[in-house]
Amino acid sequence: MIVHPYGDRALLVDLDDGEAALALADALRADPPAALGDLVPAARTVLLVAAEGAAVADLRAALAGVRPGERSSSGDGEEVEVPVVYDGEDLDDVASLTGLSREEVVAAHTGQTWRVAFGGFAPGFGYLVGEDDRLHVPRRQESRTRVPTGAVGLAGEYAGVYPRESPGGWQLIGRTDLAMFDLDREPAALLRPGVRVRFTDVTGTSP
Amino acid sequence: MRALTVRATGPLALVEDLGRPGRAGIGVARSGAADRASLRLGNRAVGNDEGAAAIEVTFGGLALEVGDEGLCLCVTGAPVDVTVDGRGAGSHAVLQVAAGSRVALGTPRAGLRSYVAVRGGIDVPEVLGARSRDVMAGLGPEPLAEGDALPVGAPVGDLPGVDHLPWPDLDEPVVLRAVRGPRADWVEDVDLLTSTAWQATDRSNRVGTRLAGSSLRHSRDDQLPSEGAWRGAVQVPPSGEPVLFLADHPVTGGYPVVAVVVDEDVDRAAQVRPGQEVRFRWVGAP
Repeated sequence: MIVHPYGDRALLVDLDDGEAALALADALRADPPAALGDLVPAARTVLLVAAEGAAVADLRAALAGVRPGERSSSGDGEEVEVPVVYDGEDLDDVASLTGLSREEVVAAHTGQTWRVAFGGFAPGFGYLVGEDDRLHVPRRQESRTRVPTGAVGLAGEYAGVYPRESPGGWQLIGRTDLAMFDLDREPAALLRPGVRVRFTDVTGTSP
Repeated sequence: MRALTVRATGPLALVEDLGRPGRAGIGVARSGAADRASLRLGNRAVGNDEGAAAIEVTFGGLALEVGDEGLCLCVTGAPVDVTVDGRGAGSHAVLQVAAGSRVALGTPRAGLRSYVAVRGGIDVPEVLGARSRDVMAGLGPEPLAEGDALPVGAPVGDLPGVDHLPWPDLDEPVVLRAVRGPRADWVEDVDLLTSTAWQATDRSNRVGTRLAGSSLRHSRDDQLPSEGAWRGAVQVPPSGEPVLFLADHPVTGGYPVVAVVVDEDVDRAAQVRPGQEVRFRWVGAP
């Protein structure tokens, strides 16, 4: 664990891997130190921002006392089921990149429990980590200027669902009608850190 | 009722408070006033909580009509001519404006963003816990448009009894204090940041101030995994031209952050106009 200064109000903590970053963010969320104002987990790092009135030195001291546990595989996290029509434009590319058939890609996607590791990119977008590396694929060579709302994609070690139409470079394998972000719903974001996600195959079943 | 009607917006007028803390996990940035110190100052002057919602006016031009109840307001941030029914009233002054009067802002003499704080605060509905427009996420109250009616809340505190406020320090050249960033070694020569006279480009907005003047060349070809970003971060995309993140920055980003501007100085950065010179000076981390 390397702790970098990040201006005069924050610290950026480098962790060895995604699991360690998840564990630290979990521990900080479960028992937030008084000096912690804001928390931004990401792929291999956790950014800690000092609370108003607290100094970054207090944050550093609090961080030294945090004991991240094992990643909670079950935990108390809510589970969300996301129905997917697997007809994405990049399904064949993902199949050839992974050495799987189209059916095996779908089976791998629906056959594991994903977990929201962190947010970013757009409100309601969650970076989902799975249980194995069968579906780890690079981003597309060329980003698309328009990815539709509900597109289900893969990039690197992550799966994700586009909460609204936007540009994007992820490999698209399917789509869902489930709203990822809805301000008229409480909570607005379906995919919050810690939430577990199961994708289900509804290809050919929707009217 | 206590209200204001928008009669002209200028280039961009937004409702802003101090933003939405604690929502990075769902991809929602802090947002809020780009120049927080000016928002706080205006709110204190009219007896509001520091974080009450006010109007952030980019490059002047806002005109408001007071509803059928008189109001108390104060314009802070970029110093600007303020008129009430055509009579000069001035920014950085606490003004009592009568029902039906028209309050208009000219073009700022220096700086970029002025704040109109109203006693009672702008009382539009909260979105995810804040009355802040995030221009990148498209969240919060819509940008003001001519004809909009803005409800004003009931006063909560006593008026502090101050008539005039100090103007912000908008001396030039702008020198921003910066702490070496976590990925300073991802560019060939990070000291170019402090040796270059940068210029703010016209592609700057509330997301960030884009700088031109030199190129901070990347020293590595590999991709940085996405990491958390914060207001004040100086991020270097592959073009080598740095972006200084302001209020509506992305929550996470994949380009190296080579410096982070001291929090207090980010408010000053939010007052930099396109075309203006910006310099950086290294300071140690606390």
